[in-house]
Amino acid sequence: MPQISQLAATYSSQIFWMLLIFGAVFFLVGRGMAPRVIETMEGRDQRISADLSAAEAARRDADAQDDAWKASAAKQRGEAQALIAAAKAEAAKSTEVRLGASSAEAEVRVAEAEARIAAARDGALAEIETVAADAAADIAARVAGLTVPADAARAAVKDVLHG
Amino acid sequence: MAAEAKVDPMHQFAIQPMFGTEHWSVAGFNIAFTNSALWMLISAVALYAFMLGGMKRELVPGRWQMMVESMTGFIENMLTANIGKEGRKYLPYVFSLFMFILFANLLGLLPLGLVGIHPFTFTSHFTATGVLAILSFGIVLVVGFWKHGLHFFSLFVPHGTPLPMIPLIFVIELVSFLVRPFSLGLRLFVAMMAGHVLLEVLSSFVIGGANAGVFFMGLVSIPSFILMVAICALEILVAGIQAYVFALLTSLYINDAEHLH
Repeated sequence: MPQISQLAATYSSQIFWMLLIFGAVFFLVGRGMAPRVIETMEGRDQRISADLSAAEAARRDADAQDDAWKASAAKQRGEAQALIAAAKAEAAKSTEVRLGASSAEAEVRVAEAEARIAAARDGALAEIETVAADAAADIAARVAGLTVPADAARAAVKDVLHG
Repeated sequence: MAAEAKVDPMHQFAIQPMFGTEHWSVAGFNIAFTNSALWMLISAVALYAFMLGGMKRELVPGRWQMMVESMTGFIENMLTANIGKEGRKYLPYVFSLFMFILFANLLGLLPLGLVGIHPFTFTSHFTATGVLAILSFGIVLVVGFWKHGLHFFSLFVPHGTPLPMIPLIFVIELVSFLVRPFSLGLRLFVAMMAGHVLLEVLSSFVIGGANAGVFFMGLVSIPSFILMVAICALEILVAGIQAYVFALLTSLYINDAEHLH
């Protein structure tokens, strides 16, 4: 077993080189490189979690903005509907008022026209009576040779006309 | 050919000085650069190259960076799970330990013998694993006494020990504590050596059976070869598991030192 048979001759060399080379490994690899590898990994983990939380914050922000937008849209819609309703009511009211006014005017004018018609008819009747009395007196004078006074003729015509 | 067919399963563990045998010494101790030291160096360089591929530090990692990060993250998770948030400061040590042992174990398994290079698994030498084990144990002692002072000795008296039992328990716990560096170092050394010896012994069966004729080749060589293939897969697993066990036990011991019980 060379480990034992060569022990006396080689132990010092083994220990010396082991310490020297492992020492070099410790300082170069262990202290120089491994912490930087860990640092890189931690930096990456932090970056990932920072990115994730930033994304989460952005999502929450977007949600809040969306909610605000929805609320304002609903409010504006409500306002618009109120405006429309008010305008509708206004329009209906003014239509009604104008309708009332024009119908009153129309009634007045109808009444005036009726009065005028009645007057015209009365006038025409009176005229007809006069004409008829004249004609009756004329007829009586020609046919019977009677001279009928104008008043009597008019009374007689009136009698006939009005029953 | 037949004379050289004899396979010495222990030869692979022999340390061969490469240069500096005579002149290189520190305070009288020989520090020749051996094949063992060469493979330590190769493991270290391979590990450095592996890590360098993962140092692009991109936000979206490539495959190589992903490998390096999963290794680092694996050790970091282990430390956080076993020690807690204080475990972070031991990452450099435990990561170096794990990766260095893992690379050493895996590189020692490479079939480079096919191209004439003989991989040397320095983790199959207790002089090498012992250094790492004593380092881990030393860190446990330093951290324990630094943080808790003499109160660290309460580690040897579990909560709720009845008063008359305390001296006995103290001695038992102390012994089990002091055995830790040995168990730590020997476990790795034994596991690596056993696997390599097993492969070598089976390969000697393959060669010996083939040399003994067609009948023995069918009877011995082919089943041994199939077994070798399976054991190679097992050895790759063991290489990872032993590196993991070493790092895991180190972190558990450090946890003891950080938090006592």
